[in-house]
Amino acid sequence: MLADFLEYDFLRYTFLTGLLIGIIAPLLGTFIVVRRLSLIADALSHVTLAGIAFGLLLEKKFAVTLITPLYSGMAFSVIGSIFIEKLRGVYKAYQEIAIPIILSGGVGLSVIFISIADGFNTELFNYLFGSVSAVSINDFYTILGISIFIVMIVGLLYKELFSLSFDEEHATISGIHAKAIHLLFIVLTALVIAASIRIVGVLLVSALMTLPVAASMRIAKGFKQMMFLSIIFGEIAVVAGLITGYYLSIPPGGTIVLVSLIILLISIAAKKYNFTLKKAHENNLQKK
Amino acid sequence: MSEPVVSMKNISYAYDQKTVLNHINFEIPKGAFMGLLGPNGGGKTTLIKLILGLLKPDEGSVQLLGGPIGKFKDWNRIGFVSQKANSFNKGFPATVFEVVSTGLTANVGYFRFFNKNHKEKIIQAIDQVGMLEYTHENIGNLSGGQQQRIFIARSLVNDPQLLILDEPTVGVDYENVQRFYELLHRLNDERQITLLLVTHDTGTITEHATDIVCLNKTLHFHGKPEEYTSLSEKDLSVFYGHPVNIVTHNH
Repeated sequence: MLADFLEYDFLRYTFLTGLLIGIIAPLLGTFIVVRRLSLIADALSHVTLAGIAFGLLLEKKFAVTLITPLYSGMAFSVIGSIFIEKLRGVYKAYQEIAIPIILSGGVGLSVIFISIADGFNTELFNYLFGSVSAVSINDFYTILGISIFIVMIVGLLYKELFSLSFDEEHATISGIHAKAIHLLFIVLTALVIAASIRIVGVLLVSALMTLPVAASMRIAKGFKQMMFLSIIFGEIAVVAGLITGYYLSIPPGGTIVLVSLIILLISIAAKKYNFTLKKAHENNLQKK
Repeated sequence: MSEPVVSMKNISYAYDQKTVLNHINFEIPKGAFMGLLGPNGGGKTTLIKLILGLLKPDEGSVQLLGGPIGKFKDWNRIGFVSQKANSFNKGFPATVFEVVSTGLTANVGYFRFFNKNHKEKIIQAIDQVGMLEYTHENIGNLSGGQQQRIFIARSLVNDPQLLILDEPTVGVDYENVQRFYELLHRLNDERQITLLLVTHDTGTITEHATDIVCLNKTLHFHGKPEEYTSLSEKDLSVFYGHPVNIVTHNH
């Protein structure tokens, strides 16, 4: 089943990119979920859409690629993320209001760019729901660079990110620079979203950041374990979703989300029957 | 006698125009187990924030461990268990070990990892509060009293000289309150940690503390627990600004 993915270049880069976003999306998703910011990913993906539409518009008007949609999407996403963080500071008591403001702003801009360009046909459809054939070699290298950067930053600042997520007041009192780290984190989130959109699509990218986390939260012991499990679930969803999407000619965004949902349901059921990793481990020991 | 851990001279503080603390003078002697009593809105939390450097006094000066607070850098020497520690997100997926490790985060510093030494400190702190068997348990699965111990362990990892606890026993049942005080005595006796405990439970604190301070905008009482308990209801009414019924705990 994997044969086509290894044989054709365009599929191979999609596959490798899929493996990368299967790591970075749940990695940041873990912090996003525990900080109750799940909807921020949605807001940012819609801003990214505006950026992509802007890039496609330039392409269509000038007939040359000044800036690829990946880069314009990324630029919009990062700017949007900085706005969200600022808005969260302005509305301290109602921080979630930043989300509809940025989300509607993103959709509004997208509509304007799309209508100026008189539509983009299938190209835009690919961006909305993802595509197996949309990743160029240049995109792949860009996303590889982003992934390395993100894993490095999260690794280096792991204990600060964790402390802030668990108890922001205590972390701030003890001298951690909450504002700077939050800003850096949300910019990283914007980059992940821009990187993931080619494969998962605007409408479903937040699912890849939150569903694997929701599933692992049910059965994991502790935060680190939850993070690793989320990545494993994310990888399973991406690989299974890409392959089935390709063979059934369905945009992979749909199949990836569906696989994620199945994993989520299984983990909820497992929790209900009181299965945790520790218990499984104990059972194994007993058998020995 | 060695110098006091905290020394406040002529401290006043107001939120906007509303005076909360009015010319407070007091010291926490080294090794003391001090109970801080007072009505709601009497300025207890403000006083703590001033000690922690989260607020700056309008008037007066604060000295920490012998030096002026403005030059104080050793913040990890001062542990703080806030009231809010009780109301954290109970479903947060973190183990006891992970929670206690957050106490070391700022101390270890950016771009550095926990080494073996740090991990031993974390385990020691968990052991000290008698929760070693729960090290890898999710914090959400513990009882309120057990969680409170974990938050104390989080402060202990930095070897604090002063531990400030803001109403730590709210919502903890009687038996666990007793165990909690036993723990505080151990920290006070064995590790010579100076304690400042904010509480409403006058009956229990007077059995345990070495010093009692009563705060309602001004300092109304500062002395030994025996002196506090010998006060009449009439004296207490003056402190609290309303009639007080003394309820004795005869356990």
